[in-house]
Amino acid sequence: MSTTVAESVTLWERVRTYSPPSRFLPVIVTFAVFLGMFGVGGVRYEGFAHPQVFLHVLHDNAFLIVLAVGLTFVILTGGIDLSVGSVVAMSTVIAAKTLELGWPPALAMLTVLIAGTLLGTIMGLLIHYLDIQPFIATLAGLFLARGITYLISVRSIPITDETFREIAYASIPLPGGHYTTWLVVVALSTVLIAAYVLARTRFGRTVYAIGGSESSAMLMGLRVALVKVGVYAISGFCAALGGLLFALYLLSGYSLHAVGMELEAIAAVVIGGTLLTGGRGYVVGSMIGVLVYGTIQTFINFDGTLSSWWTRIAIGVLLLVFVVIQRVATRGPR
Amino acid sequence: MTQTYQEPLVTSHHASAPVIEMLDISITFGNVHALDQVSLRLYPGEVHALMGENGAGKSTLIKALTGVYSIDAGTITVGGQRHEFHSPSAAQAAGISTVYQEINLVPNLTVAENMLLGREPRRFGGIHVREMNRRAQQTLRALGLDIDPASVLGEHPIAVQQLVAIARAVDVDARVLILDEPTSSLDGDEVEKLFDVLRRLRADGVAIVFVSHFLDQIYEIADRMTILRNGTLIEERMVADTPRLELVQLMIGRELEELDRLGRGSGSVPDPSRVPVLEVVGLSRKGALEATDLSLYDGEVVGVAGLLGSGRTELARLLFGADSADHGEIAIRSTRRRLRSPRHAIDRKLAFTSEDRKAEGIVGDLTVADNMLLALQASRGWLRPIPQSVRTRLVQQYMEALNIRPADPQALMRNLSGGNQQKVLLARWLITDPHVLILDEPTRGIDIGAKAQIQSLVAELASKGMSVVFISAELEEVLRLSHRMVVMRDRRKIAELSNDDVRVGDLLRIIATEATDVEQEGSSDD
Ligand SMILES: Nc1ncnc2c1ncn2[C@@H]1O[C@H](COP(=O)(O)OP(=O)(O)OP(=O)(O)O)[C@@H](O)[C@H]1O
Ligand SMILES: [Mg+2]
Repeated sequence: MSTTVAESVTLWERVRTYSPPSRFLPVIVTFAVFLGMFGVGGVRYEGFAHPQVFLHVLHDNAFLIVLAVGLTFVILTGGIDLSVGSVVAMSTVIAAKTLELGWPPALAMLTVLIAGTLLGTIMGLLIHYLDIQPFIATLAGLFLARGITYLISVRSIPITDETFREIAYASIPLPGGHYTTWLVVVALSTVLIAAYVLARTRFGRTVYAIGGSESSAMLMGLRVALVKVGVYAISGFCAALGGLLFALYLLSGYSLHAVGMELEAIAAVVIGGTLLTGGRGYVVGSMIGVLVYGTIQTFINFDGTLSSWWTRIAIGVLLLVFVVIQRVATRGPR
Repeated sequence: MTQTYQEPLVTSHHASAPVIEMLDISITFGNVHALDQVSLRLYPGEVHALMGENGAGKSTLIKALTGVYSIDAGTITVGGQRHEFHSPSAAQAAGISTVYQEINLVPNLTVAENMLLGREPRRFGGIHVREMNRRAQQTLRALGLDIDPASVLGEHPIAVQQLVAIARAVDVDARVLILDEPTSSLDGDEVEKLFDVLRRLRADGVAIVFVSHFLDQIYEIADRMTILRNGTLIEERMVADTPRLELVQLMIGRELEELDRLGRGSGSVPDPSRVPVLEVVGLSRKGALEATDLSLYDGEVVGVAGLLGSGRTELARLLFGADSADHGEIAIRSTRRRLRSPRHAIDRKLAFTSEDRKAEGIVGDLTVADNMLLALQASRGWLRPIPQSVRTRLVQQYMEALNIRPADPQALMRNLSGGNQQKVLLARWLITDPHVLILDEPTRGIDIGAKAQIQSLVAELASKGMSVVFISAELEEVLRLSHRMVVMRDRRKIAELSNDDVRVGDLLRIIATEATDVEQEGSSDD
């Protein structure tokens, strides 16, 4: 645990010198809440503040992190993607079905990723060129992906493929006798790559510019069309990747997987400090948002007496609190 | 159609061919002929002014060139070849760099990013942030600006944002530089710096399009001009061969009498026995305004002069309660009040037009009529609708009084030209029939005819008993209208003088001299 904290502090210092800190306030607050929860948990329940518990939270929510990363791109432009939960389900079913049919695992994975990216791209094209509300276009995507899932299979298909099982069960040793999994590695890599793309590439900065003012971005001669379609493609890709992780996590494909998961992902992004109106936010924040969500669940597991529905209540309350904080923070000096 | 083309005389590139030639361009929006067979020729190494009243089609012509709007008829040639741009990025790639009228930057990114977005310096495939900030700093310095490139753009006042937009445009190696009203919120100093840059670019052979409603600026910087009226081409002229009066007549198509009819404000000394309609004592806010006293009387125009950042706008915002004061007392008709928000101020019959119309005033998707009635409706409360007949009458009355075009109350606000939007905002507050009217740069971006109309309207309102605070960067205008003047510098009031034979030079001298001298001067003027 201590190493993780030290790392994020130095990262935070670097980021801090790069731009004014007020923009980071929501992320800091989320991070503080996360640390606070771990602290309280550590005092109340034995073994809670153990690093391995943290690694478990990461493992249990790896797919959600990947989903939230993709969604952050979309929300930063001022859009929304409601289809991600369905794409997760579709991805698990495609993976399970193709493996059942005896496809090589690599090909199965590729098919999943292509399908998700394609759906995202189509939605992006509709949104940009036909000027369809993102909410509507991706709502259609939600139904479409879920429908396709039923078409492929209505029953749950177990995944028995050797490669998949190996990846799912492999544990990667860490210093100090801890271990982690490939799911966590993939999720964290996604966060790192996405953070780099958003902060240090033209594509990423254009994402923020579109969120700030789309018409200005267009008049500044930025490639608005490419980027706007691109963020939905990325979100589709991340949803498919999240779906693969979910398939690895449960080792099955099922049309009823991940119902309503898009809402959990959106909640995590908002809790992570990203403005739904676009232009402000960080993928690292979204990741912490997911971790907050995961920690609440762990809390309830450790307690044992609380019903799992408390997760929902806690998330609801947190969401409200964070929206209020954002409002106050963004009102600024003027 | 009168098209008298003349060869460019001034430029050293006498015999050169135009870089851009627009021929018989027409654009219609619905049933509005925004442009009807308009032509424009741009030569390398010239500053070409686009002249015309509000709504004449200047911005539309620019957007037709840069691919924001597609043209209905006509041809565009670039460097001798027919060429039409289909997007602003295509125009930019072809070396046409543009600052559009409504400052088009993104507030949530830094100054440096706004300047270099789309062409950031890169290293190892990623944006090289330090190099980007350094380059931005360098360009800003060359423009004589001291702005931190790493600061977030939205935190800066509107004038700084305008400067950043200009810096973005001049930073590229452009063949053509288009500036649509770049100077509307700038002060004399900054305009001079901009002109230095333009002269340098002109000497390098860049073709510059310049739009401004300030005739002085046109005569200072422009070589040639194209005059538009109501979407048609009137004439192309050499600036040096066109006397001002003739230019104004060409633009508005009639004689300009109103400016002459309007006398100049004469001085008034506050009579201690009268009760001020609004009185503030020791009004201050940290970082915005130092303790300031001010009394406003019925029927009086108080002009506020001072450079950019002198605290003009801050004073207005504090008077109106748009920002809350740290210290100070406000009394309205000698009753102490606290103005905690604009709402309170409106209830006490104060009105305020902001300098930043894009961010604070305009609701683009509502009609002109709705925009006009917004403040009145808000002050009545939303449960007491304004009767239809009253609405129609009020809207009609102010559309005529301010000559708003198109004269269609149902037109969408965002489709109006910049100057006409400004007029609608002014109408919005006049409709509420305030006792105190605070105008922050009300004539910015407004053509010379409309400016005269607004000025005479202000004079008329004052003569009917309204108290007006008139803030403007144009000292002539302040002098013409005010009874009394307040001079601001370094976020405080440095002088208050009645308008007896004061000249622009006098005001400039006060702004420039040391504070201690001014105190004496201010008190010795009556
Ligand atoms: N997108 C649009 N839709 C409908 N009408 C428009 C649109 N854009 C401009 N117009 C109309 O075209 C005319 C010309 O507008 P334009 O903005 O070119 O004027 P301008 O000369 O730049 O005026 P200003 O000095 O006020 O900026 C106006 O009558 C305006 O209402
Ligand atoms: Mg214009």
